[in-house]
Amino acid sequence: MSAVKVERGRGLDVGSWRLEVGGATPRAGWLARHPFVGLTALLLLVLGLSLFVGRYPQPYWMPPTLLQENELARQLVFNLRLPRILTAVLLGMALAGAGAVMQMIFRNPLVEPGFLGVSQGAGFGAALAIIRLGNAPLVVAASAAFFAFLGLVLSYLLARNLRYGGWVLRLVLAGIAVSALFSSGVGLLKYVADPLKQLPEITFWLLGGLWSVTWGEFIYVALVVIPALGVVWLMRWRLNLLSLSDETAFSLGVSAGRERALLLGVSVAATAAVVAVAGIVGWIGLIVPHLARRALGTDAQHSLPASILIGGIFALVCDDLARTLYVGEIPLGILTSLIGAVLFAAMMMSNPQRSRR
Amino acid sequence: MSAPNTRSVSLSDLRFGYDKEMPTVLHGLSLDIPPGTITAVLGPNGAGKTTLLRIILGLLAPQAGSISIDGKPQQSYSRQQMSRLIGLVPQSEYVPFDFSVLEFVLLGRAPYLSPLAMPSEADRQIARDALCSIGLEHLQDRPTPSLSGGERQLAMVARALAQKPRILLLDEPTSHLDLGNRDRILGVLRAQARNGVTVIFTTHDPNLVAVTADYVVLMRQGALVAAGALAATLTAENLSATYGIEVQVIRWDGHLFVVSDQIGRESG
Repeated sequence: MSAVKVERGRGLDVGSWRLEVGGATPRAGWLARHPFVGLTALLLLVLGLSLFVGRYPQPYWMPPTLLQENELARQLVFNLRLPRILTAVLLGMALAGAGAVMQMIFRNPLVEPGFLGVSQGAGFGAALAIIRLGNAPLVVAASAAFFAFLGLVLSYLLARNLRYGGWVLRLVLAGIAVSALFSSGVGLLKYVADPLKQLPEITFWLLGGLWSVTWGEFIYVALVVIPALGVVWLMRWRLNLLSLSDETAFSLGVSAGRERALLLGVSVAATAAVVAVAGIVGWIGLIVPHLARRALGTDAQHSLPASILIGGIFALVCDDLARTLYVGEIPLGILTSLIGAVLFAAMMMSNPQRSRR
Repeated sequence: MSAPNTRSVSLSDLRFGYDKEMPTVLHGLSLDIPPGTITAVLGPNGAGKTTLLRIILGLLAPQAGSISIDGKPQQSYSRQQMSRLIGLVPQSEYVPFDFSVLEFVLLGRAPYLSPLAMPSEADRQIARDALCSIGLEHLQDRPTPSLSGGERQLAMVARALAQKPRILLLDEPTSHLDLGNRDRILGVLRAQARNGVTVIFTTHDPNLVAVTADYVVLMRQGALVAAGALAATLTAENLSATYGIEVQVIRWDGHLFVVSDQIGRESG
């Protein structure tokens, strides 16, 4: 992904391929006119390679022929690596898609999908389960999901009762307040946690990771994320209208309140499902939508699917690194933040499309 | 009283206030606007002009009184029907993302697309035509936020034209425009009116009204001062009542010119 370079606003350089949509130059190749074919192919390629990346039988790479010879290798690939790889893809797609939706709905490019109390609520729920509810993986996930939604509900109720600013500003403020509330709760729980057994567990969870994922978790995540992304994908052009002012959206026949609520609901559901299983994985939902808009233009008809695809690739690559680089596991959230922040800085320092024209 | 088919927009005894504690914005406004005409709503800042446009659009509901569009009550239209009937050009608009000008104008096709549909090549062509008619086609690939204030205002007009409305509402359409672009907008508005579109715009510039409008509505603090055909309504007496200062109307070469008495006295 570090080879991605933006040129002339509508082109995306991935390695030596040049991808463009819309006003493609006559010289542009077939791939350039079909950027989604390129991105999907890249995703499938990374997906295939990921099956053979890991620390068995030796660090970094497993020869594909081993699959035919070794029963243990087959077990490992199909029961451990495959569900984890697929969950990583869904995680990236959900966070990046939800981030793209929320940035447009809230008309604010700095919003990320967990900000309405969802991420901090999930963190609190997980910490509570680790300390008080016996620390079984399923219980932790259920408690995280419950408190993620509680965070959303509290943000929503608080926003309704705030006496300040417009609806969007009230939601943002309420999200900040509820997140602060839960993060102080997490702080308290960490303070009272057993420093040898529970505290490392909580810390690890808060940094995010997919080490505990099996087919069961994958199915649970897929059941929520795939329909949610389906709704968002179907309404992708409509999303543009929701980023306009209320007055203009109204004059164009949009029921802004209802349509925003629907898209917000499915985005939060996808985010909560992912966070409950994987912990708090930062930066994907913030940076990938920016990357997609820079590469394919703002129009959500193109930038939303691009966001989803790039999010899947980004999360998968980060998770491959998380489980391969080191003997133990590097928490996924650390890698997404590290790589995300570097990418973000590089993207912001590259020539903005505006100054070229 | 005129027959229903000769009234495009008909307001009767409208009353409106934003809040119980705030003063009423409109009290008892009645008005009939014929189709295919240009109507200017003229008044000082805070007279309730924008509020009036929002009520016609249906964004605000009046506390009393009724609005009918093409002879039928406003409430009898669905949201989609309304959005095909009435287009709005707001005074200014904050665009948080780098939509290209063409993508921005294409959003005007929303009333003709179902919530799950994508714009077709025909929609794109309509958007390009709208840009051409406003003389903005050379900017179609530019990011909208990088446009100047005047260019952005033209882009908003193009978006409303892509909407192909029967009634076009414009809030201070020339506020950011230089002389050339102002004339271009006025030309577009006249062409729209010739094609049967009812154009209603607000302004606080009486001279703009004098060269553009067929009908004029004078408002002061939510009340109607006068309404009617241009020549009969845009009088020194009415304008003085609207603005609360002495105003003169000069007729020269078939055109009306409005000067405040202050300026008239200095130059004379």
